[in-house]
Amino acid sequence: MSNITDLKLVELVDKIKKKELSSAEVTIAFINRSQKSKKLNAYIYENYENAIKKAKIFDQKPDFKKKLPGIPIAVKDLFCTKNIKTTAGSKILENFIPTYESTVTQNILDEGGIIIGKLNCDEFAMGSSNETSYFGNVQNPVSENLVPGGSSGGSSSALAAKLTPATIGTDTGGSIRQPASFTGTVGLKPTYGSCSRYGIVAFASSLDQAGPMTHDVKDCSLMFQIMSSYDTKDSTSVEFKRENYLNNLNENIKGKKIGIPKEYRVDGMPKEIDELWEKGIKIIKENGGQIVEISLPNTNYALPTYYIVAPAEASSNLARYDGVKYGFRSKGENLIDMYEKTRSEGFGDEVKRRIMIGTYVLSSGYYDAYYLKAQKVRRLIKNDFDEAYKKVDAILTPSTPSSAFKIGEKLNDPVSMYLNDIFTVPINLAGLPAISIPAGHDKKGYPLGLQVIGKAFDEQSILNIAFALEKNISFKNNITDWWIK
Amino acid sequence: MTIDLKTVKHISKLSRISIDDNKAKKLGKDLNSIFSFIEKLNELDTKNTEPLSSIAETTLKLRKDEIKSENIREDILKNSPDKNKDFFVVPKVVE
Repeated sequence: MSNITDLKLVELVDKIKKKELSSAEVTIAFINRSQKSKKLNAYIYENYENAIKKAKIFDQKPDFKKKLPGIPIAVKDLFCTKNIKTTAGSKILENFIPTYESTVTQNILDEGGIIIGKLNCDEFAMGSSNETSYFGNVQNPVSENLVPGGSSGGSSSALAAKLTPATIGTDTGGSIRQPASFTGTVGLKPTYGSCSRYGIVAFASSLDQAGPMTHDVKDCSLMFQIMSSYDTKDSTSVEFKRENYLNNLNENIKGKKIGIPKEYRVDGMPKEIDELWEKGIKIIKENGGQIVEISLPNTNYALPTYYIVAPAEASSNLARYDGVKYGFRSKGENLIDMYEKTRSEGFGDEVKRRIMIGTYVLSSGYYDAYYLKAQKVRRLIKNDFDEAYKKVDAILTPSTPSSAFKIGEKLNDPVSMYLNDIFTVPINLAGLPAISIPAGHDKKGYPLGLQVIGKAFDEQSILNIAFALEKNISFKNNITDWWIK
Repeated sequence: MTIDLKTVKHISKLSRISIDDNKAKKLGKDLNSIFSFIEKLNELDTKNTEPLSSIAETTLKLRKDEIKSENIREDILKNSPDKNKDFFVVPKVVE
Protein backbone atom coordinates (compact mmCIF):
# COMPACT_ATOMS: atom_id res chain seq x y z
CA MET A 1 0.00 0.00 0.00
CA SER A 2 1.12 3.56 -0.61
CA ASN A 3 2.03 5.87 2.23
CA ILE A 4 -0.79 6.60 4.67
CA THR A 5 -0.11 10.33 4.42
CA ASP A 6 -0.53 10.20 0.62
CA LEU A 7 -4.16 9.18 1.03
CA LYS A 8 -6.94 11.71 0.74
CA LEU A 9 -9.49 12.32 3.48
CA VAL A 10 -12.35 10.33 1.91
CA GLU A 11 -9.96 7.42 1.23
CA LEU A 12 -8.73 7.43 4.83
CA VAL A 13 -12.30 7.44 6.17
CA ASP A 14 -13.08 4.51 3.89
CA LYS A 15 -10.02 2.51 4.97
CA ILE A 16 -10.73 3.07 8.65
CA LYS A 17 -14.35 2.00 8.14
CA LYS A 18 -13.18 -1.14 6.36
CA LYS A 19 -10.74 -1.78 9.23
CA GLU A 20 -7.81 -1.71 6.80
CA LEU A 21 -6.30 1.02 8.92
CA SER A 22 -6.71 1.96 12.56
CA SER A 23 -7.10 5.48 13.85
CA ALA A 24 -3.81 5.11 15.76
CA GLU A 25 -1.93 4.07 12.61
CA VAL A 26 -3.27 7.04 10.68
CA THR A 27 -2.74 9.51 13.52
CA ILE A 28 0.83 8.35 14.15
CA ALA A 29 1.65 8.52 10.43
CA PHE A 30 0.61 12.18 10.17
CA ILE A 31 2.33 13.05 13.46
CA ASN A 32 5.58 11.39 12.33
CA ARG A 33 5.56 13.36 9.13
CA SER A 34 4.72 16.56 11.02
CA GLN A 35 7.68 15.97 13.33
CA LYS A 36 10.00 15.65 10.33
CA SER A 37 8.61 18.87 8.90
CA LYS A 38 9.41 21.43 11.61
CA LYS A 39 11.28 23.49 9.01
CA LEU A 40 7.94 24.53 7.51
CA ASN A 41 6.93 26.10 10.86
CA ALA A 42 3.31 25.20 10.12
CA TYR A 43 2.39 24.41 13.72
CA ILE A 44 2.07 26.80 16.64
CA TYR A 45 0.96 24.11 19.06
CA GLU A 46 1.48 20.34 18.79
CA ASN A 47 -1.14 18.18 20.49
CA TYR A 48 0.53 14.90 19.50
CA GLU A 49 0.55 12.94 22.75
CA ASN A 50 -3.03 13.72 23.51
CA ALA A 51 -4.06 12.90 19.93
CA ILE A 52 -2.42 9.46 20.00
CA LYS A 53 -4.19 8.73 23.28
CA LYS A 54 -7.52 9.70 21.73
CA ALA A 55 -6.83 7.59 18.64
CA LYS A 56 -6.14 4.53 20.78
CA ILE A 57 -9.34 5.13 22.73
CA PHE A 58 -11.23 5.36 19.43
CA ASP A 59 -9.75 2.06 18.24
CA GLN A 60 -10.86 0.29 21.40
CA LYS A 61 -14.48 1.12 20.70
CA PRO A 62 -14.68 2.41 17.13
CA ASP A 63 -17.84 4.11 15.93
CA PHE A 64 -17.86 3.73 12.16
CA LYS A 65 -21.07 5.72 11.74
CA LYS A 66 -19.08 8.92 12.34
CA LYS A 67 -18.13 10.99 9.32
CA LEU A 68 -14.52 11.42 10.52
CA PRO A 69 -13.94 8.13 12.38
CA GLY A 70 -10.71 8.69 14.34
CA ILE A 71 -9.30 11.00 11.68
CA PRO A 72 -6.43 13.26 12.82
CA ILE A 73 -6.75 16.87 11.83
CA ALA A 74 -4.74 20.04 12.50
CA VAL A 75 -6.69 23.32 12.57
CA LYS A 76 -5.92 27.02 12.16
CA ASP A 77 -4.99 28.57 15.49
CA LEU A 78 -7.88 31.01 15.23
CA PHE A 79 -10.41 28.43 16.44
CA CYS A 80 -10.79 28.26 20.21
CA THR A 81 -10.17 24.71 21.38
CA LYS A 82 -11.07 23.78 24.94
CA ASN A 83 -7.99 23.26 27.12
CA ILE A 84 -5.72 23.62 24.08
CA LYS A 85 -3.72 26.83 23.71
CA THR A 86 -5.19 29.24 21.15
CA THR A 87 -3.03 32.21 20.11
CA ALA A 88 -4.47 33.68 16.87
CA GLY A 89 -0.80 34.08 15.89
CA SER A 90 -0.42 36.89 18.45
CA LYS A 91 1.85 37.60 21.39
CA ILE A 92 -1.15 39.07 23.18
CA LEU A 93 -2.75 35.57 23.32
CA GLU A 94 0.51 33.64 23.67
CA ASN A 95 -0.64 31.85 26.82
CA PHE A 96 -4.39 31.82 26.30
CA ILE A 97 -6.09 28.49 27.01
CA PRO A 98 -9.81 28.62 26.12
CA THR A 99 -12.28 27.08 28.52
CA TYR A 100 -14.74 26.49 25.68
CA GLU A 101 -14.78 24.95 22.19
CA SER A 102 -15.65 26.72 18.94
CA THR A 103 -18.77 25.30 17.28
CA VAL A 104 -16.91 24.33 14.11
CA THR A 105 -14.21 22.36 15.96
CA GLN A 106 -16.93 20.85 18.18
CA ASN A 107 -18.68 19.63 15.00
CA ILE A 108 -15.43 17.99 13.92
CA LEU A 109 -14.95 16.37 17.35
CA ASP A 110 -18.57 15.18 17.36
CA GLU A 111 -17.95 13.33 14.08
CA GLY A 112 -14.92 11.53 15.52
CA GLY A 113 -12.14 13.91 14.42
CA ILE A 114 -8.99 14.18 16.56
CA ILE A 115 -7.14 17.52 16.86
CA ILE A 116 -3.41 16.95 16.34
CA GLY A 117 -2.36 20.57 16.55
CA LYS A 118 -2.95 24.26 15.98
CA LEU A 119 -1.65 25.81 12.79
CA ASN A 120 0.22 29.04 12.23
CA CYS A 121 -1.58 32.05 10.74
CA ASP A 122 -1.19 35.77 10.27
CA GLU A 123 -1.75 37.65 13.54
CA PHE A 124 -5.52 37.87 14.08
CA ALA A 125 -5.83 36.65 10.47
CA MET A 126 -4.56 40.02 9.20
CA GLY A 127 -2.23 39.30 6.32
CA SER A 128 -1.83 37.58 2.96
CA SER A 129 1.50 35.81 3.44
CA ASN A 130 1.62 34.51 7.05
CA GLU A 131 4.43 37.01 7.66
CA THR A 132 2.56 38.93 10.39
CA SER A 133 2.46 35.91 12.75
CA TYR A 134 4.23 36.41 16.09
CA PHE A 135 5.35 32.78 15.71
CA GLY A 136 7.35 33.36 12.55
CA ASN A 137 7.12 32.80 8.81
CA VAL A 138 5.72 29.61 7.34
CA GLN A 139 7.36 27.92 4.37
CA ASN A 140 5.36 26.96 1.30
CA PRO A 141 6.14 23.27 0.58
CA VAL A 142 6.11 24.12 -3.14
CA SER A 143 9.51 25.86 -2.91
CA GLU A 144 11.91 27.17 -0.26
CA ASN A 145 11.42 30.75 0.98
CA LEU A 146 8.10 31.06 -0.78
CA VAL A 147 5.10 32.34 1.21
CA PRO A 148 2.23 29.86 1.69
CA GLY A 149 -0.31 32.69 1.39
CA GLY A 150 -2.39 33.98 4.25
CA SER A 151 -3.88 34.37 6.59
CA SER A 152 -4.45 30.57 6.73
CA GLY A 153 -0.79 29.98 5.77
CA GLY A 154 0.00 27.30 8.35
CA SER A 155 -3.14 25.48 7.21
CA SER A 156 -2.26 25.58 3.50
CA SER A 157 1.35 24.60 4.16
CA ALA A 158 0.45 21.70 6.47
CA LEU A 159 -2.16 20.43 4.02
CA ALA A 160 0.02 20.66 0.90
CA ALA A 161 2.91 19.02 2.80
CA LYS A 162 0.57 16.22 3.94
CA LEU A 163 1.00 16.88 7.66
CA THR A 164 -2.80 16.71 8.01
CA PRO A 165 -5.29 15.00 5.66
CA ALA A 166 -7.53 18.09 5.65
CA THR A 167 -7.74 21.32 7.58
CA ILE A 168 -9.92 24.30 8.34
CA GLY A 169 -9.29 27.98 7.92
CA THR A 170 -11.12 31.27 8.09
CA ASP A 171 -11.69 33.72 5.25
CA THR A 172 -12.36 37.43 5.80
CA GLY A 173 -11.04 38.73 2.47
CA GLY A 174 -9.49 35.67 0.84
CA SER A 175 -7.65 33.97 3.71
CA ILE A 176 -8.73 30.46 2.67
CA ARG A 177 -8.81 30.81 -1.13
CA GLN A 178 -5.53 32.70 -1.66
CA PRO A 179 -3.37 30.27 0.42
CA ALA A 180 -5.15 27.35 -1.27
CA SER A 181 -4.28 28.85 -4.64
CA PHE A 182 -0.63 29.42 -3.58
CA THR A 183 -0.15 25.79 -2.48
CA GLY A 184 -2.12 23.84 -5.12
CA THR A 185 -4.94 22.86 -2.77
CA VAL A 186 -8.72 23.31 -2.60
CA GLY A 187 -10.28 25.97 -0.33
CA LEU A 188 -13.93 26.88 0.17
CA LYS A 189 -15.28 30.08 1.70
CA PRO A 190 -18.90 29.27 2.50
CA THR A 191 -21.85 31.69 2.41
CA TYR A 192 -21.91 34.11 5.36
CA GLY A 193 -24.09 32.43 7.99
CA SER A 194 -23.42 28.83 6.93
CA CYS A 195 -20.69 27.96 9.47
CA SER A 196 -20.96 29.28 13.00
CA ARG A 197 -18.52 31.99 14.06
CA TYR A 198 -18.87 31.05 17.73
CA GLY A 199 -15.46 30.53 19.31
CA ILE A 200 -13.48 31.87 16.36
CA VAL A 201 -11.20 34.74 17.37
CA ALA A 202 -13.01 37.66 15.71
CA PHE A 203 -11.41 39.86 13.06
CA ALA A 204 -14.19 41.52 11.02
CA SER A 205 -17.47 40.03 12.14
CA SER A 206 -19.58 40.94 9.09
CA LEU A 207 -17.04 39.25 6.77
CA ASP A 208 -15.47 36.35 8.74
CA GLN A 209 -16.44 32.84 7.70
CA ALA A 210 -14.82 29.45 8.43
CA GLY A 211 -14.31 26.88 5.70
CA PRO A 212 -12.50 23.69 4.68
CA MET A 213 -9.12 23.32 2.96
CA THR A 214 -8.49 19.93 1.34
CA HIS A 215 -6.66 18.02 -1.40
CA ASP A 216 -9.69 17.71 -3.64
CA VAL A 217 -13.34 18.69 -4.12
CA LYS A 218 -14.68 15.42 -2.68
CA ASP A 219 -12.81 15.92 0.59
CA CYS A 220 -13.97 19.53 0.59
CA SER A 221 -17.63 18.49 0.31
CA LEU A 222 -17.27 16.10 3.25
CA MET A 223 -15.55 18.65 5.48
CA PHE A 224 -18.02 21.39 4.60
CA GLN A 225 -20.94 19.14 5.45
CA ILE A 226 -19.46 18.57 8.91
CA MET A 227 -18.55 22.21 9.54
CA SER A 228 -21.82 23.83 8.48
CA SER A 229 -24.57 23.94 11.12
CA TYR A 230 -27.20 26.24 12.55
CA ASP A 231 -25.99 27.61 15.87
CA THR A 232 -27.95 29.73 18.33
CA LYS A 233 -24.64 30.90 19.83
CA ASP A 234 -23.97 32.93 16.66
CA SER A 235 -26.67 35.53 16.02
CA THR A 236 -25.85 35.62 12.29
CA SER A 237 -26.00 31.85 11.86
CA VAL A 238 -28.69 31.01 9.30
CA GLU A 239 -31.24 28.25 9.84
CA PHE A 240 -31.75 26.11 6.72
CA LYS A 241 -31.59 22.47 5.82
CA ARG A 242 -27.96 21.48 5.17
CA GLU A 243 -27.66 19.11 2.21
CA ASN A 244 -25.51 16.03 1.98
CA TYR A 245 -22.95 17.89 -0.13
CA LEU A 246 -20.78 14.79 -0.66
CA ASN A 247 -23.58 12.43 -1.74
CA ASN A 248 -25.02 15.10 -4.04
CA LEU A 249 -21.66 15.82 -5.65
CA ASN A 250 -21.67 15.26 -9.41
CA GLU A 251 -19.78 16.63 -12.39
CA ASN A 252 -22.79 17.16 -14.61
CA ILE A 253 -22.80 20.86 -15.46
CA LYS A 254 -24.88 20.62 -18.65
CA GLY A 255 -26.93 23.76 -19.13
CA LYS A 256 -25.29 25.62 -16.25
CA LYS A 257 -24.75 29.27 -17.04
CA ILE A 258 -21.32 30.48 -15.93
CA GLY A 259 -20.55 34.19 -15.87
CA ILE A 260 -17.20 35.70 -16.87
CA PRO A 261 -16.84 39.20 -15.37
CA LYS A 262 -14.90 41.47 -17.69
CA GLU A 263 -13.71 43.66 -14.79
CA TYR A 264 -11.54 40.80 -13.50
CA ARG A 265 -9.18 41.18 -16.46
CA VAL A 266 -6.88 43.52 -14.57
CA ASP A 267 -3.88 45.37 -15.99
CA GLY A 268 -0.56 43.64 -15.60
CA MET A 269 -2.02 40.23 -14.84
CA PRO A 270 0.47 37.52 -15.90
CA LYS A 271 -0.31 35.84 -19.21
CA GLU A 272 -0.39 32.41 -17.53
CA ILE A 273 -3.34 33.45 -15.41
CA ASP A 274 -5.28 34.63 -18.45
CA GLU A 275 -4.50 31.31 -20.17
CA LEU A 276 -5.61 29.41 -17.08
CA TRP A 277 -8.90 31.28 -17.13
CA GLU A 278 -9.34 30.45 -20.85
CA LYS A 279 -8.65 26.81 -20.04
CA GLY A 280 -11.41 26.86 -17.42
CA ILE A 281 -13.82 28.47 -19.88
CA LYS A 282 -13.00 25.83 -22.50
CA ILE A 283 -13.64 22.99 -20.06
CA ILE A 284 -17.00 24.41 -19.08
CA LYS A 285 -18.04 24.72 -22.72
CA GLU A 286 -16.87 21.20 -23.54
CA ASN A 287 -18.93 19.84 -20.67
CA GLY A 288 -22.14 21.47 -21.82
CA GLY A 289 -21.99 24.59 -19.69
CA GLN A 290 -22.84 27.95 -21.17
CA ILE A 291 -20.45 30.90 -20.91
CA VAL A 292 -22.06 34.31 -20.39
CA GLU A 293 -20.15 37.61 -20.41
CA ILE A 294 -21.19 39.61 -17.35
CA SER A 295 -20.25 42.89 -15.74
CA LEU A 296 -19.54 43.61 -12.08
CA PRO A 297 -18.98 47.34 -12.57
CA ASN A 298 -17.95 48.20 -9.00
CA THR A 299 -15.20 45.57 -8.71
CA ASN A 300 -12.46 48.21 -8.52
CA TYR A 301 -14.03 49.70 -5.42
CA ALA A 302 -14.08 46.45 -3.45
CA LEU A 303 -10.55 46.69 -2.01
CA PRO A 304 -10.86 50.31 -0.79
CA THR A 305 -14.24 49.39 0.72
CA TYR A 306 -12.74 46.35 2.42
CA TYR A 307 -9.87 48.40 3.86
CA ILE A 308 -12.40 50.61 5.63
CA VAL A 309 -14.96 48.02 6.73
CA ALA A 310 -12.55 45.30 7.94
CA PRO A 311 -10.25 47.57 10.01
CA ALA A 312 -13.29 49.38 11.47
CA GLU A 313 -14.76 46.11 12.70
CA ALA A 314 -11.32 44.91 13.81
CA SER A 315 -10.66 48.04 15.88
CA SER A 316 -13.90 47.37 17.70
CA ASN A 317 -13.36 43.60 18.09
CA LEU A 318 -9.78 43.99 19.28
CA ALA A 319 -10.70 46.56 21.94
CA ARG A 320 -11.18 43.58 24.27
CA TYR A 321 -7.42 42.95 24.47
CA ASP A 322 -6.66 45.24 27.38
CA GLY A 323 -4.49 43.02 29.57
CA VAL A 324 -7.14 42.68 32.26
CA LYS A 325 -9.11 39.46 31.94
CA TYR A 326 -6.84 37.30 29.78
CA GLY A 327 -3.78 37.49 27.60
CA PHE A 328 -0.51 39.36 27.83
CA ARG A 329 -0.17 42.32 30.24
CA SER A 330 2.59 44.90 30.39
CA LYS A 331 3.39 46.92 33.51
CA GLY A 332 2.10 50.49 33.58
CA GLU A 333 2.17 53.41 35.96
CA ASN A 334 -1.61 53.55 36.00
CA LEU A 335 -4.55 51.80 34.32
CA ILE A 336 -4.43 53.80 31.07
CA ASP A 337 -0.67 53.45 30.84
CA MET A 338 -1.04 49.70 31.39
CA TYR A 339 -3.61 49.47 28.54
CA GLU A 340 -1.45 51.46 26.14
CA LYS A 341 1.75 49.53 26.86
CA THR A 342 -0.01 46.16 26.80
CA ARG A 343 -1.50 46.85 23.38
CA SER A 344 1.67 48.44 22.04
CA GLU A 345 3.84 45.46 23.05
CA GLY A 346 1.22 42.75 22.59
CA PHE A 347 0.16 43.53 18.99
CA GLY A 348 2.39 43.38 15.92
CA ASP A 349 2.77 46.19 13.38
CA GLU A 350 0.10 45.11 10.86
CA VAL A 351 -2.52 44.65 13.60
CA LYS A 352 -1.70 48.05 15.11
CA ARG A 353 -1.88 49.60 11.63
CA ARG A 354 -5.35 48.15 11.06
CA ILE A 355 -6.65 49.07 14.51
CA MET A 356 -5.54 52.63 13.86
CA ILE A 357 -7.11 52.77 10.38
CA GLY A 358 -10.32 51.45 11.91
CA THR A 359 -10.24 53.87 14.82
CA TYR A 360 -9.68 56.76 12.42
CA VAL A 361 -12.53 55.90 10.02
CA LEU A 362 -14.91 55.50 12.95
CA SER A 363 -13.78 58.65 14.76
CA SER A 364 -15.89 61.76 15.14
CA GLY A 365 -15.88 63.85 11.96
CA TYR A 366 -14.70 61.00 9.70
CA TYR A 367 -17.41 58.41 10.20
CA ASP A 368 -19.66 59.66 7.38
CA ALA A 369 -16.83 60.30 4.95
CA TYR A 370 -15.25 56.88 5.34
CA TYR A 371 -17.22 54.24 7.20
CA LEU A 372 -20.72 55.17 6.02
CA LYS A 373 -19.41 55.76 2.50
CA ALA A 374 -17.84 52.28 2.50
CA GLN A 375 -21.06 50.68 3.68
CA LYS A 376 -22.92 52.34 0.82
CA VAL A 377 -20.38 51.14 -1.73
CA ARG A 378 -20.65 47.68 -0.17
CA ARG A 379 -24.34 47.79 -1.12
CA LEU A 380 -23.42 48.67 -4.73
CA ILE A 381 -20.98 45.73 -4.85
CA LYS A 382 -23.62 43.35 -3.55
CA ASN A 383 -26.13 44.76 -6.08
CA ASP A 384 -23.65 43.96 -8.88
CA PHE A 385 -23.73 40.29 -7.90
CA ASP A 386 -27.54 40.30 -7.49
CA GLU A 387 -27.84 41.65 -11.05
CA ALA A 388 -25.38 39.10 -12.41
CA TYR A 389 -27.19 36.20 -10.76
CA LYS A 390 -30.35 37.06 -12.70
CA LYS A 391 -28.44 35.80 -15.75
CA VAL A 392 -26.03 33.15 -14.46
CA ASP A 393 -25.79 30.26 -11.96
CA ALA A 394 -22.18 30.84 -10.99
CA ILE A 395 -19.14 32.96 -11.87
CA LEU A 396 -15.63 31.84 -12.90
CA THR A 397 -12.52 33.94 -12.22
CA PRO A 398 -8.87 33.43 -11.33
CA SER A 399 -8.31 33.10 -7.57
CA THR A 400 -5.39 35.53 -7.34
CA PRO A 401 -3.66 38.00 -9.68
CA SER A 402 -0.29 36.22 -9.24
CA SER A 403 1.30 33.03 -7.95
CA ALA A 404 3.05 32.80 -4.54
CA PHE A 405 5.80 35.34 -3.93
CA LYS A 406 9.04 35.19 -1.95
CA ILE A 407 9.13 35.75 1.80
CA GLY A 408 9.90 39.41 2.45
CA GLU A 409 9.07 40.55 -1.09
CA LYS A 410 5.98 42.61 -0.27
CA LEU A 411 6.45 43.25 3.43
CA ASN A 412 7.27 46.94 3.19
CA ASP A 413 4.45 47.91 0.88
CA PRO A 414 1.05 47.34 2.53
CA VAL A 415 -0.96 48.42 -0.52
CA SER A 416 0.82 45.99 -2.85
CA MET A 417 0.22 43.25 -0.26
CA TYR A 418 -3.47 44.17 -0.13
CA LEU A 419 -3.78 43.88 -3.94
CA ASN A 420 -3.33 40.13 -3.58
CA ASP A 421 -6.93 39.89 -2.50
CA ILE A 422 -8.42 41.78 -5.43
CA PHE A 423 -10.39 38.75 -6.74
CA THR A 424 -11.42 37.36 -3.36
CA VAL A 425 -12.47 40.43 -1.32
CA PRO A 426 -15.65 41.29 -3.32
CA ILE A 427 -17.10 37.87 -2.44
CA ASN A 428 -16.75 38.48 1.32
CA LEU A 429 -18.33 41.91 0.96
CA ALA A 430 -21.31 40.29 -0.77
CA GLY A 431 -21.38 37.33 1.66
CA LEU A 432 -21.29 34.75 -1.15
CA PRO A 433 -19.70 31.28 -1.31
CA ALA A 434 -16.61 30.72 -3.45
CA ILE A 435 -14.18 27.88 -3.99
CA SER A 436 -10.60 27.96 -5.22
CA ILE A 437 -9.24 24.89 -6.98
CA PRO A 438 -5.74 24.28 -8.31
CA ALA A 439 -5.76 24.61 -12.09
CA GLY A 440 -2.20 24.84 -13.35
CA HIS A 441 1.31 26.17 -12.84
CA ASP A 442 3.09 29.33 -13.91
CA LYS A 443 6.46 29.22 -15.65
CA LYS A 444 8.24 29.11 -12.28
CA GLY A 445 6.32 25.93 -11.51
CA TYR A 446 4.19 27.56 -8.81
CA PRO A 447 0.50 26.59 -8.55
CA LEU A 448 -2.33 28.82 -9.76
CA GLY A 449 -5.99 28.61 -8.84
CA LEU A 450 -9.39 29.19 -10.40
CA GLN A 451 -12.27 30.54 -8.34
CA VAL A 452 -15.94 29.56 -8.75
CA ILE A 453 -18.34 31.98 -7.06
CA GLY A 454 -21.91 30.89 -6.27
CA LYS A 455 -25.27 32.24 -5.23
CA ALA A 456 -25.86 32.56 -1.49
CA PHE A 457 -26.26 29.10 0.12
CA ASP A 458 -25.78 27.35 -3.24
CA GLU A 459 -22.48 25.68 -2.31
CA GLN A 460 -23.63 22.50 -4.03
CA SER A 461 -23.53 24.14 -7.47
CA ILE A 462 -20.01 25.50 -7.07
CA LEU A 463 -18.79 22.20 -5.63
CA ASN A 464 -20.23 20.45 -8.69
CA ILE A 465 -18.68 22.91 -11.14
CA ALA A 466 -15.36 22.66 -9.29
CA PHE A 467 -15.67 18.86 -9.44
CA ALA A 468 -16.13 18.97 -13.22
CA LEU A 469 -13.18 21.35 -13.63
CA GLU A 470 -11.00 19.22 -11.35
CA LYS A 471 -11.73 16.07 -13.37
CA ASN A 472 -10.73 17.71 -16.63
CA ILE A 473 -7.71 19.59 -15.34
CA SER A 474 -6.14 16.67 -13.42
CA PHE A 475 -3.75 18.97 -11.57
CA LYS A 476 -0.61 17.42 -10.07
CA ASN A 477 1.21 19.17 -7.24
CA ASN A 478 4.93 18.58 -7.78
CA ILE A 479 6.15 18.85 -4.21
CA THR A 480 9.56 17.27 -3.58
CA ASP A 481 9.78 17.08 0.25
CA TRP A 482 12.83 19.42 0.08
CA TRP A 483 12.37 20.31 3.77
CA ILE A 484 12.86 16.71 4.94
CA LYS A 485 16.51 15.72 5.15
CA MET B 1 -5.72 64.50 2.29
CA THR B 2 -2.65 63.86 4.41
CA ILE B 3 -2.48 62.51 7.93
CA ASP B 4 0.07 64.51 9.92
CA LEU B 5 2.06 63.43 12.95
CA LYS B 6 -0.36 65.12 15.33
CA THR B 7 -3.26 63.12 13.89
CA VAL B 8 -1.30 59.86 14.11
CA LYS B 9 -0.62 60.59 17.78
CA HIS B 10 -4.29 61.38 18.34
CA ILE B 11 -5.42 58.10 16.70
CA SER B 12 -2.90 56.14 18.76
CA LYS B 13 -4.34 57.74 21.91
CA LEU B 14 -7.90 56.80 20.83
CA SER B 15 -6.70 53.26 20.04
CA ARG B 16 -4.96 52.95 23.43
CA ILE B 17 -1.71 51.99 21.69
CA SER B 18 1.37 53.93 22.74
CA ILE B 19 3.87 54.72 19.96
CA ASP B 20 7.12 56.68 19.89
CA ASP B 21 7.89 59.43 17.35
CA ASN B 22 9.89 57.18 15.05
CA LYS B 23 7.13 54.61 14.78
CA ALA B 24 4.55 57.37 14.42
CA LYS B 25 6.41 58.78 11.41
CA LYS B 26 6.58 55.40 9.69
CA LEU B 27 2.95 54.70 10.51
CA GLY B 28 1.95 58.11 9.16
CA LYS B 29 3.62 57.22 5.86
CA ASP B 30 1.80 53.86 5.68
CA LEU B 31 -1.55 55.40 6.60
CA ASN B 32 -1.16 58.07 3.93
CA SER B 33 -0.48 55.51 1.23
CA ILE B 34 -3.45 53.41 2.39
CA PHE B 35 -5.79 56.40 2.55
CA SER B 36 -4.79 57.69 -0.88
CA PHE B 37 -5.83 54.26 -2.14
CA ILE B 38 -9.11 54.47 -0.19
CA GLU B 39 -9.92 57.94 -1.62
CA LYS B 40 -10.98 56.17 -4.83
CA LEU B 41 -14.41 55.66 -3.27
CA ASN B 42 -15.13 59.37 -3.73
CA GLU B 43 -15.50 58.76 -7.47
CA LEU B 44 -18.83 57.08 -6.75
CA ASP B 45 -22.11 58.87 -6.22
CA THR B 46 -23.85 57.18 -3.27
CA LYS B 47 -26.38 59.92 -2.44
CA ASN B 48 -29.32 57.55 -2.89
CA THR B 49 -27.71 54.33 -1.69
CA GLU B 50 -28.63 52.72 1.59
CA PRO B 51 -25.64 51.58 3.66
CA LEU B 52 -25.17 47.81 4.00
CA SER B 53 -23.98 46.98 7.49
CA SER B 54 -24.57 43.26 7.44
CA ILE B 55 -25.18 40.64 4.79
CA ALA B 56 -27.46 38.72 7.14
CA GLU B 57 -30.30 41.20 6.91
CA THR B 58 -32.62 39.26 9.16
CA THR B 59 -34.19 40.38 12.39
CA LEU B 60 -32.59 38.85 15.44
CA LYS B 61 -34.44 35.97 17.01
CA LEU B 62 -35.77 36.26 20.54
CA ARG B 63 -34.78 33.61 23.03
CA LYS B 64 -35.67 32.78 26.61
CA ASP B 65 -33.60 34.60 29.18
CA GLU B 66 -32.17 31.63 30.98
CA ILE B 67 -28.90 30.66 32.58
CA LYS B 68 -26.97 28.18 30.43
CA SER B 69 -23.63 28.03 32.20
CA GLU B 70 -23.24 28.21 35.95
CA ASN B 71 -20.35 28.10 38.37
CA ILE B 72 -17.76 29.05 35.79
CA ARG B 73 -16.02 31.68 37.96
CA GLU B 74 -12.84 29.65 38.07
CA ASP B 75 -12.90 29.18 34.32
CA ILE B 76 -13.33 32.89 33.77
CA LEU B 77 -10.46 33.80 36.08
CA LYS B 78 -8.16 31.07 34.77
CA ASN B 79 -6.51 33.13 32.03
CA SER B 80 -6.21 36.34 34.03
CA PRO B 81 -2.71 37.85 34.13
CA ASP B 82 -3.27 39.07 37.71
CA LYS B 83 -5.99 38.04 40.15
CA ASN B 84 -6.76 38.04 43.85
CA LYS B 85 -9.25 35.40 45.00
CA ASP B 86 -12.38 36.12 42.97
CA PHE B 87 -11.23 39.40 41.44
CA PHE B 88 -9.25 40.65 38.46
CA VAL B 89 -6.47 42.93 39.67
CA VAL B 90 -5.58 46.16 37.81
CA PRO B 91 -3.33 49.11 38.70
CA LYS B 92 -4.85 51.40 41.31
CA VAL B 93 -7.53 53.71 39.85
CA VAL B 94 -8.67 55.66 42.97
CA GLU B 95 -6.44 57.35 45.49
